[in-house]
This record gives sequence, structure tokens and C-alpha cells, in this order.
Amino acid sequence: MPTEITLPPSLQGVEPVRSIRTPARLDYTFTAATSTTEFLNGIEQRRIIGSKCPECGKVYVPLRGTCPTDAVEMTERVELPDTGVVTTFCVVNLQFYGQGVEVPYVCATVLLDGADLGLFGMISGMPAHEVRMGMRVRANWSDEPMKSLESIAFWEPTGEPDADYETYKHNL
Amino acid sequence: MRDVAIVAFAQSDQERRVQDRNEVELLTPVIADVKEQTGMETADFGFTCSGSTDYLAGQAFSFVLTLDSVGPWPPISESHVEMDGAWAMYEAWVKIQTGAIDTALVYAYGKSSPGDLRAVMSRQLDPYYLQPLWPDSVALAALQARAVLDSGAETERDWAEVAARNRRNAESNDHAQLRGSPDPDDLLDDDYVVAPLRRHACPPITDGAAAIVIAAEDKARELSDRPAWIRGLDHRIDAQSLGVRDLTVSSSAATAAGKARVGDRAVDFAELHAPFAHQEGIVRRAMGLGDDVSINPSGGAMAANAMMTAGLIRVGEAATRITNGDGDRAVAHATSGACLQQNLVCVLEGA
Repeated sequence: MPTEITLPPSLQGVEPVRSIRTPARLDYTFTAATSTTEFLNGIEQRRIIGSKCPECGKVYVPLRGTCPTDAVEMTERVELPDTGVVTTFCVVNLQFYGQGVEVPYVCATVLLDGADLGLFGMISGMPAHEVRMGMRVRANWSDEPMKSLESIAFWEPTGEPDADYETYKHNL
Repeated sequence: MRDVAIVAFAQSDQERRVQDRNEVELLTPVIADVKEQTGMETADFGFTCSGSTDYLAGQAFSFVLTLDSVGPWPPISESHVEMDGAWAMYEAWVKIQTGAIDTALVYAYGKSSPGDLRAVMSRQLDPYYLQPLWPDSVALAALQARAVLDSGAETERDWAEVAARNRRNAESNDHAQLRGSPDPDDLLDDDYVVAPLRRHACPPITDGAAAIVIAAEDKARELSDRPAWIRGLDHRIDAQSLGVRDLTVSSSAATAAGKARVGDRAVDFAELHAPFAHQEGIVRRAMGLGDDVSINPSGGAMAANAMMTAGLIRVGEAATRITNGDGDRAVAHATSGACLQQNLVCVLEGA
């Protein structure tokens, strides 16, 4: 319960204003900048492009213009395969408004082969309870790729043996 | 008090619309520049502080993403103000005064172009009486200009001269957005944007970034041959409600200038953050700066006005001129809020 408001005598008997609604809307025109444009153009052609830091050597995906560790420009591009390893995941069992997917489903971080940063995605093509860390997966591309990571509809198991924990423990 | 100085300053080109770089990419070369000037790495700074507002990017916590431009790994001590970067410098200066640190990196950025800036800035007003009316930032400045005009303190002709002088000064500033100006008489043929403000009396919309390094005592002397010593620094705020203020004067700028001891000795030049032409006179009179003081040798905010950044640039421009020996005592000023609501005054000296 909100605290009771004590009004001065002149205002007593008047219904107090406890809240007002003042809807606000601002419209923005975003530009993706050169580096993100490069990545999104690649995705549209089913190519996953990363950038490599000249100092730490890490490969970032999605491609970005600046290494967040060394604050230097990254000009080297690395094309990555659409296969990788599930480093961590969670099973979503709760339905909520606007979700757009049937539960249960699995969200995961997928470390592409040759990358140093995981991509977020959904795992499908297998029962949710069988998803596990170290599982090898491949991108399932949508029929009509666009300039969006939505072009990867989901990730599915390749059937290869699981990756050794030691190979991805630094990317958790 | 510890003696603290500005030892490095850098800024991006100030442009109408930066589309090829995101905020991180806009800032990275600027921060790399001050690191190179001082020979310092990210971990060498005792503190890092930034000024910006997420309303410009339309993205919550965008200022956290922008830290990538510093390379904050291993983790650093860092803070942010939702204000002009001049106030970030104030926070860093206070932290140096406590004795906890000796150096700080301060940066600011503002991509003013993605949104409708006049509407975006209305969101800083009070949420009950003003925000629901969406008064835009130029209209509020025009209310103030009308009050100045009616007070008899200045004329439209004065404003045309202010605009022309600032933008002609900017001809020697490679980073400025608007360089050069027609004669004041010709400017008076401009249409009104919001009467009585004609086009030339308004600032440009600008995307830009800037960074400075401040350091205490011997550390400052080690980093610069002629540090720009901060000998006075104060900031004050007027009431948020426009109706209770006399918009023809700035009591907060006057108080800040008094506390920063602007009037103690002669001032060689001043960098004033007065985006609209009629605001320069208000700030000048509030701080007691006479006609002998050169105003805005860089071109000021009328030549480039990146939101949350143009104030820090005033400090950096003044410091650079002190370091270069163009003067011995300067005043830098930054403003924030509607109609000069908040004002920061910084006195810089070369010795």
C-alpha cells in the first residue's frame, strides 16, 4: 500500500493525484557502422566473418572494429565455419508473452571453430534434455538469409564426438 | 588542495553525421591519442571517468559498451556521469584531491544525429509539467533569447556578430564543423528557426568525441613541459523550473565563477560553452569577463556542439592554448540542461 498523503487544509476533500501517465516515444535512425555492415552483409550470404586483434590474436565474432581488451583497431578479417561447440546452455521451460517459440527449448553459447568469442543461439533437432556442454553443432540456415543473425534459424548436432572440456574451458 | 593540471587533450573531427563508425570506433583513436601523448597505458590511469547520455543512442547502458574504447582489461576503476564530460573531469579532479590517485583519463562522446535532437533533449526536463508538453530545446532557447532581447541587454545584430566571430575563429580549427561565416549584415537575412533565433544564432547538430588526461603535481610536470594547471574549479545549478528563473542572467555561472576565483587576476582568453548566440553574453556578464578577454579562439560551441562533449572540448581547447604558451590564464566553461541551467567554470594557468 502506498503511504497515505496528508494534504494541507485548503486541499482536503480533493481527490489526491497518485500518478499520471505521460507516454513518451522517440524515434531513432541507426546506422550499423562499417564493421557491423560487413558482418551483416556476410551473414546474408551465409558467411560468418570475424575480426582478429593484432595484439592479443583473439578472433571476435560477430566482427567488430575495435578489440575490447586492447582498444586497438582490428583490420584483419577471418572467415569462420558454421560449426562449433556448445560451451554453455540453458533449458527454457516457461512460456511468456512474445516468446514466439514452444517450450521447452534450449538457448546456448556456441563457440565456432577458430573463434574466441561465443555466439548466442538456439539448439534444436534433438530432445532438450540431451543437450550438453561440449556438444558439436552446425548452423541450420534459414531458407532466405537476411542481414540478421536470425538467418541462423538454430544450431543442430553434427553427431561428432563431444569436444574435450580443456579445449573450450577458457571460453565459458 | 593538490595542484592538478591538464596534460593531454584530443578530439575527433566534429561532424554533422558520423555513419561509418559506431561510438566505440569514434572514441578509440581519440583515447589512443591521449595515451600516446602521455606515454600511458590503460592500467596506468588511477581512474577513468566518462560523460555521455544514453538518450542520444536510444540504448540503455550504451555508456558501458563504449568502455571498449579504453581497453578496460584487466579491470579498471571507472565511473560515468550522465552529463557533459566536463563534469566527469570534475569527478576525477575530486578523486585526485582525496589523495587516492594521481592521474585520470576523462572522455566524452555524443552522437547527436540518430534521434530528433530537439525532442530527445526535452526528456531532461521535469516529468510532470514540462516533459508532457515536449518543449523542444531550440524553442526553450528562443524563450530565453526573447527575454534577453526585451531586457534591452542585446540585439539581434549583436547575436549575428557573435555567430560570425565564433565561426570565423573556427577557420583555424581543423576539427570544427562550421568554419567561416558571412558578414553579420548578411546573416540578418536568415530565416527564423524559432523567433527570435535565426539559423545562424543556433548551434549545429554535431557528432563527436574528446578525451583529456589530468594529473597531480610532479606527475603532471613529468607528463607535460607546460601543464595547464587547474587553479579554480566549481559547478553550480539553477532551479529546474524555468518559470522561477530570470532567464536573462545566469546566477549559477556567476556563483561558480566567484568560487573558481575568475576575477582574481586578468584573463587572457575564455572558452565558453554557449551553444546559442544570445547565451555567450549571459555567460560573459555572469563571469565578469570584459571586452579585453578573447572569447572562443577555437570557435566555441557555435562551430561544433556535440552533446555531452562540447563542454569538455572547451576545457581541452583552453588547456592546449595554455600549454602552447598562447596565454597564461584562461577560463573554460561548460553548460548542461535547458537555458544554461547548470554551469561549470574552470580557471587554467600556465605557471
